[in-house]
Amino acid sequence: MSRPVRLLPSGPAALLVEVDGLGDVIALHDALAADAPTGLVELVPAARTLLVAVDPAVLPLETAAGWVRRVASEPVARSSGSADGRTPAPREVLVEVDYRGDDLADTADVLGVSPEHLVARHADAAWRVAFIGFAPGFAYLVADDWPFDVPRLDVARTRVPRGAIGLAAGFSGAYPRESPGGWRLVGRTGAALWDPDADPPALLAPGRTVRFRAVTP
Amino acid sequence: MTGLRVEAAGGSVLVQDLGRPGLAHLGVSASGALDRGAMALANRLVGNPDHAAGLEVVLGGFRAVADADVWIAVAGAWGPVRVAGRDAWPYRAHRVPAGASLELGTAVRGLRYALAVRGGVDEPPVLGSRSRDTLAGLGPEPVRAGRVLRVGAEPAASVPLLDEDAAWPPPTGPVTLSLLPGPRADWVTDAALRALYESPWRLSASADRVGARLDGPALGRRISVELPSEPTVVGGIQVTGAGVPTVLLADRPVTGGYPVVAIVEPASLDVLAQVRPGQGIRFRHGR
Repeated sequence: MSRPVRLLPSGPAALLVEVDGLGDVIALHDALAADAPTGLVELVPAARTLLVAVDPAVLPLETAAGWVRRVASEPVARSSGSADGRTPAPREVLVEVDYRGDDLADTADVLGVSPEHLVARHADAAWRVAFIGFAPGFAYLVADDWPFDVPRLDVARTRVPRGAIGLAAGFSGAYPRESPGGWRLVGRTGAALWDPDADPPALLAPGRTVRFRAVTP
Repeated sequence: MTGLRVEAAGGSVLVQDLGRPGLAHLGVSASGALDRGAMALANRLVGNPDHAAGLEVVLGGFRAVADADVWIAVAGAWGPVRVAGRDAWPYRAHRVPAGASLELGTAVRGLRYALAVRGGVDEPPVLGSRSRDTLAGLGPEPVRAGRVLRVGAEPAASVPLLDEDAAWPPPTGPVTLSLLPGPRADWVTDAALRALYESPWRLSASADRVGARLDGPALGRRISVELPSEPTVVGGIQVTGAGVPTVLLADRPVTGGYPVVAIVEPASLDVLAQVRPGQGIRFRHGR
């Protein structure tokens, strides 16, 4: 990706890689996932950093650091996914949404658009799972064609229902189970967002692309 | 199928094994026994593989009865262990006859008993582990009085013969923990970094399986802007805006927005798991 990376110490079995922003995290994540060496335990992307967790007995930290620097210095040539089957190519997930969220009208109002316009943009956008945080399977989705920066609720809800589709900052997300939450709710899905018996258990796993489709129940 | 009926739970009693590593990218931390060495040792004492599930019993007040003969061993915290009403040594394997009681009294040293049962506690695994993750709510429900826990089939390995204590009980005085550099050591002042290593600390009452807050001097932040959430590792010491350090433990959130200035080495995390609120802690530089 030919972008500067900063490698920060993160204990005996991990490196924290800092880049300039979320776009670089995504590019580096995909490039590293496509070239995963033996001894890599997992890649954990976040907003501006990516954790490279290793089994140091198999992949020493120094070797892992060299691998990260080499991959980061390569031009963005290959597409994500790999031929050896280690890393499944991202697959598109279709999520059906009933766009009658409690905050839809207010949020559209805050953004100065109509509710119909907000729904159309959300359903048209090509989303991608940037990272997971907050709770198991809670995906932070980003899209190049999503123009809105949505303020969080002033007062977070103590109970957000499972399957709620929310907006916060430049992200969209879906609540895999009932929990507290401060995102603005625009809809709800019946999709199984979290299933411990599925592989992976998170429907919206990092790297996957996501489309929302409006349904009327 | 052998069952272990829990008659008294006392404080927190959780099913734990060595956890479910490698799932942080899906929002799931590793969880697992806080004193991993103790759980592995208790398992070895009864011939189990290290990763078999046992019970993590905080402080004691635990009593259980099995419906068939079972081998058990207790490691970690040091306190009165009674089998069929008779005192039994910790850190040794004991056969508990069917219908007889196993009791763990109030710990004298340390905080968390690791109780292994030959065959392992056979609760349904979630994502490859029987560990209870208290933050995410994954894994077997916390154990309360009245619960019957299934005991798994006996392993091939026999119960090893030992005539010496297999380990040392946890200290009651101050402990010294080893630190490795953290990714955001430069987010606190040089004075704060010195204070981390030179000040005496105490474990706060706000300590659980998610994190252990430390009482001591405020660690001044050099950079006070908000840090975009970044992945955490177990043992990471995060410093809040008010300068309070917290050691992130097995059930921690997988990402956090406070800078991590140092990381407690894995072996020291086992020591920390046995520290009681109010007990002293000092830090030194690791390897």
